Amino acid sequence: MPGTLTSKRYKVDDAVGAIDLCFEKGWTDGLPVVPPTEPAVRAMLDAARLAPDAQIAYIRDRAMAVTAEKVAINAVMAGCKPEYLPVVITAVEAACTDEFNIHGLLATTYFSSPVMIVNGPIAAAIGMNSGINVLGQGNRANATIGRALQLVVRNVGGGRPGGVDRATLGNPGKFTFCFAEDETGSPWEPLHVERGLTPDASAVTLFAGDGVRGMVDQLSRDPESLARSLAACLRAVPHPKMALGFDVIVVVSPEHGRVFREGGWSKSRLRDELLALLQLDGDDVIRGAGGIAEGLPEGLAGATVPKFRDDGLLLVHAGGGAGLFSAIIGGWINGPGGSQPVTREVRP
Amino acid sequence: MSERVLLDPTGEREAPSRERAPRPASLDGRTVGLLDISKPRGDVFLDRLEEQLAGRGLQVRRFTKPTFSKPAPVDLRHEIGTQCDVVIEALAD
Repeated sequence: MPGTLTSKRYKVDDAVGAIDLCFEKGWTDGLPVVPPTEPAVRAMLDAARLAPDAQIAYIRDRAMAVTAEKVAINAVMAGCKPEYLPVVITAVEAACTDEFNIHGLLATTYFSSPVMIVNGPIAAAIGMNSGINVLGQGNRANATIGRALQLVVRNVGGGRPGGVDRATLGNPGKFTFCFAEDETGSPWEPLHVERGLTPDASAVTLFAGDGVRGMVDQLSRDPESLARSLAACLRAVPHPKMALGFDVIVVVSPEHGRVFREGGWSKSRLRDELLALLQLDGDDVIRGAGGIAEGLPEGLAGATVPKFRDDGLLLVHAGGGAGLFSAIIGGWINGPGGSQPVTREVRP
Repeated sequence: MSERVLLDPTGEREAPSRERAPRPASLDGRTVGLLDISKPRGDVFLDRLEEQLAGRGLQVRRFTKPTFSKPAPVDLRHEIGTQCDVVIEALAD
């Protein structure tokens, strides 16, 4: 793609000097990056057929456009292959929407950060992992696409710890948190279809999530028992005495998915059952109840309070074939005043 | 390994910023804005401040951000800027 790369240039003597310069300039997440040379950045842009000055997003709070050139530079640094760029671009677009509210997500003292779920044919085409160790390390596409988004946030968005990023504790997902849904093995329709796209579309969904909490149930063999088990664990997001303010993702593993498939439970059935099981008794969760000062306002005594809002429970199928576990990824403040999950189609 | 050239990954632009107004030597005759960012119990803190400031004979105006998770809307910032000499923002929890 023609077009001049207009970013400032820095000369270095060798590869080690290049890596060191990136650290010295504060361009990295604490791990070494791939030096962003012009040929590498050009290859990235060419693969996505993007001009360097194409505007990908606009950061209103900084009055700044995010160009394809800057996204490509950060994707090179993250270690992406050129064919990953369309996914990174889509993630940056999604992050910069008012609904997702990346500025607030970054500025919060809370743990959360973008969690990226990739659906559709592009996931397999670029070799993403949706199976064993899906939320862990070891797959280049998963690791570097999530990292590229974080580097754009850091370098273009100014989201550095102690700067805009005010997290008290943070979480390891702020290096990278990106995975693909296992659609072929799933008992249910995939996330992007549920969120309005066609099955053959490729899509990125961003969710403002904290870390992964493990959920174990090795004995439930019927969906009623497993749903009750999940509900018991979901009650603790982000505190057993809080409700409605936080959404959640449940990553259902294949062995847990099998229980629901064999029981004939659709995804919407499971969601409805979970929401019904998670109606809290106000007396148990108001401030001071149970000898715990934290909780909902006293005015809710005697009321029934839903733990999650109706569309606040996202179900995704992924993971290795062995293990009766699921993963719970809690959200941040939801709704128009916080961050809404955003799904965007990856344009070919 | 030969010499190489790296491209700058940053936005290469400072976010626009303005100088803060100079801090007044005294609050006498000033209008004080109290901005609640909508965090729980921020109002408790600001109610007490209002009581104390009003007790000193100062004009106090109250403002509230729609949500603490987003920057204050432009019109709210304008309102505070045009109606007040100083502002106190309550971060609470």
